Amino acid sequence: MMRLELVKRPQRSALFSVLSPFIAFAMTMIAGAIMFALLGVNPFNAFNVYFIQPVSEVWQLHELAIKAAPLILIAVGLSVCYKANIWNIGAEGQFILGGIFGSIVPVLFPDFEGPLVLPLMLLLGMLGGALYAAIPALLKTRFSTNEILTSLMLVYVARLFLDWLVRGPWRDPQGHGFPQTIQFGDSAVLPELMPDAGRANWGFVFALVAAIAIWLMMSRMLKGFEVRVLGSSPRAGRFAGFGFNKMVFFTFLLSGALAGLAGISEVSGAIGQLQPVISPGYGFTAIIVAFLGRLNPLGIVAAGLVLALTYLGGEAVQTALGISDKMAQVFQGMLLFFVLGCDTLIQYRIRLVGFAAPKLEAAPKLEEAR
Amino acid sequence: MSANHDRANLLEVRGLTKIFGTLTACDHIDLNIAKGEIHALLGENGAGKSTLVKMLFGSLEPNSGEIFWDGKAVRITSPGVAKKLGIGMVFQHFSLFEALTAAENIALSLNDGSPISTIAAKARALSYSYGLPLDPESLVGDLSVGERQRIEIIRCLLQTPQLIILDEPTSVLTPQEADKLFETLERLRAEGKSILYISHRLEEVKRICDRATVLRHGKVVGHCNPRQETAASLARMMVGNEVKAVVRAPAEGIETAPALLEIRGLTRKPATPFAIPLKNVNLSVRAGEVIGIAGVAGNGQGEFFEAVSGEVLQQDPGSVRIRGKDAGALSITGRRLMGAAFVPEERLGHGAAPRMKLSENLLLSRHATDGKSFVGSGGMVKNASVYSAAQRIIAAMDVRKSAPDPEAAALSGGNLQKFIVGRELDRKPSVMVVNQPTWGVDAGAAANIRQALIELARSGSAVLVISQDLDELFELSDAIAVMHNGELSAPLPIAEATFEKIGLLMGGAEPGHAEHTMETA
Repeated sequence: MMRLELVKRPQRSALFSVLSPFIAFAMTMIAGAIMFALLGVNPFNAFNVYFIQPVSEVWQLHELAIKAAPLILIAVGLSVCYKANIWNIGAEGQFILGGIFGSIVPVLFPDFEGPLVLPLMLLLGMLGGALYAAIPALLKTRFSTNEILTSLMLVYVARLFLDWLVRGPWRDPQGHGFPQTIQFGDSAVLPELMPDAGRANWGFVFALVAAIAIWLMMSRMLKGFEVRVLGSSPRAGRFAGFGFNKMVFFTFLLSGALAGLAGISEVSGAIGQLQPVISPGYGFTAIIVAFLGRLNPLGIVAAGLVLALTYLGGEAVQTALGISDKMAQVFQGMLLFFVLGCDTLIQYRIRLVGFAAPKLEAAPKLEEAR
Repeated sequence: MSANHDRANLLEVRGLTKIFGTLTACDHIDLNIAKGEIHALLGENGAGKSTLVKMLFGSLEPNSGEIFWDGKAVRITSPGVAKKLGIGMVFQHFSLFEALTAAENIALSLNDGSPISTIAAKARALSYSYGLPLDPESLVGDLSVGERQRIEIIRCLLQTPQLIILDEPTSVLTPQEADKLFETLERLRAEGKSILYISHRLEEVKRICDRATVLRHGKVVGHCNPRQETAASLARMMVGNEVKAVVRAPAEGIETAPALLEIRGLTRKPATPFAIPLKNVNLSVRAGEVIGIAGVAGNGQGEFFEAVSGEVLQQDPGSVRIRGKDAGALSITGRRLMGAAFVPEERLGHGAAPRMKLSENLLLSRHATDGKSFVGSGGMVKNASVYSAAQRIIAAMDVRKSAPDPEAAALSGGNLQKFIVGRELDRKPSVMVVNQPTWGVDAGAAANIRQALIELARSGSAVLVISQDLDELFELSDAIAVMHNGELSAPLPIAEATFEKIGLLMGGAEPGHAEHTMETA
């Protein structure tokens, strides 16, 4: 009989730190193939439809960028939180509040137009996300509540609040009773980057800029050092003179602002109005993106594109093969599952233990054990 | 004691070798431990002692060599196997969960399903019978280092081992506590158990050990009977040359020098139910002098250090004054900017972030004081200058390491301590507060650290040393005060201080009540 044993490595394995996402991706593919086969679809055909066809034309790459932008924006903010060992799970809610705050201008002041509208909306979006993220931060620092629970529960509050807004006070009076706000005016719409080639808007640029800025902060700046020290060794952080409560606020406000920016970019760019649902779960998928990207902002850009593809692929298999687009969520879930599993290999190696293992005939009985 | 040599060997090690990359940490080690002997393992930091005992305890696998247990060849592939054989180990760095009680920690390692209450009762009985009183219900997080060590020892004894490996056990104990430990060890020896005793303290090795094996650079350089050696001859075997004695130049003009660190009526309520409250602590340290604070572990030294360093702020700004200015309401960064430097007791996780490089750990305590040279405009860290400063400290303190800029956790305890002390000395602070400056540091390096602290003082700084090592305090200090139960005695000038007087104060006796008993527990 053989069994597997995990043996702790003396040092973190740099090799597996890099390989882990790729192994996880390969395992997801294998599990996906089995699943397609069980659904009665040729896995090769399905993979072609899911992963290749959605990115075979230029306009489709634009669609990919549209989906990837919010994922990357949110995930780089979350990576700072997670590096500091602070667990913001509520980016979905901060995304929604960002969308709502940013929409104040075009919805309530539709006559206000000009070049100032868009920057104001973006700033308000960031403010909304940051304020909403400040709630779990305040609760954590004042009452030691668990931020995982509070930030997560606030997601549902945000969803219901948005739902109430677009069905109630903010509903378009000329909208034939549909639960949505008025269409934003031209100066409130985030411009497309290359209107001739596809729909991708400035949101993707924001995401890249945020990723580079956060990467610079984490790797080169004292602030990033502070995040890493407090995250890995809180007492040493206190010795260094870094305040933990300040860090809780810093990470929540930063990640909330980025999620809020993602929210208003999505509303003003891809949708053009507020609807009851403005996110297919970007805030949660971004958690997967953050971990798949090794909590490294540059890795997150790559991971964001991969996860964006799972959304597009999900739509593609639904239309082409008649498989539920819930497939996208299955792929995302499996990917996170396998990444977290493979991360074990960074700290541990696997050892096969067979029958041949030395027996301890010389071991004395534990006598007088009382 | 010579009878031990005739007894059968409990453990026999032949040609044990461990290679890490290009470094041969242990090179064909031979070692015999007889039944019922206390065997000392001596050597400088990095001599291969830890690697050797890790192989004996199954945490590392040797590249070659043989281990015989009771005459039979064995392979010790894991700590579980070692425990089954009857090998118990008390580590220098404790492996306890701070959020659990002592009894729960013991239950975790026993893992035999017996109820906590039974384990607590057993632990309590065992601890008192071996003279190591311990409350099994107390939370580990609230215990001092000395008390935590007791848990480790009790936990080890509960597994009724035949061979007990102790790594630097007395480095955190008072003379009286150490005496108790020695009684325990002698009792264990009388019961026929064997002890492998790792220590830098040559006097105590001479006192309790029957035989000694000396390692240098991974090789056995000699076996000897420590009772027939002098501390100096043992040190010579370990280091390969003479250890410099610490020279304490006479302090001149201290009486008129300004006080750079003043503690006035410092009072602190206990932060946790088990913490020690500080009661009206007064002390001043003048430019040019070294003041030592002695005391049994867990008498408020940790709380005092936190209050002085600024990790915890005081209500009364005047309770801590640095260079004549109130600092009680300032953070640790504020106090550093006034010229103070601090070295805490715990190295990993407090003085240094374990998973960060040495250069990053340099930035840890000096990002504000050296803001101009280490941090550029816009908060960008100047990695090159931090790196070169770290290399300067590594060279100045002779920190031995395996890579140019390794993670703190990759260094041995003594070498990391050299770096952490060097990190602060490098700033030439005008006030230096050090808690346990040489815990687990070998004789040669400890002498260097002590010498450096004295020289810092003589160059015009105020140095405050908190230590549980009385030998060290007598070597270093111009005056010694004693902390007991959160109160600090008046400093006793070194000319008047004796081990006995200080020992009595450590036990809580008032000066002048010499007949008071020496109960320290």
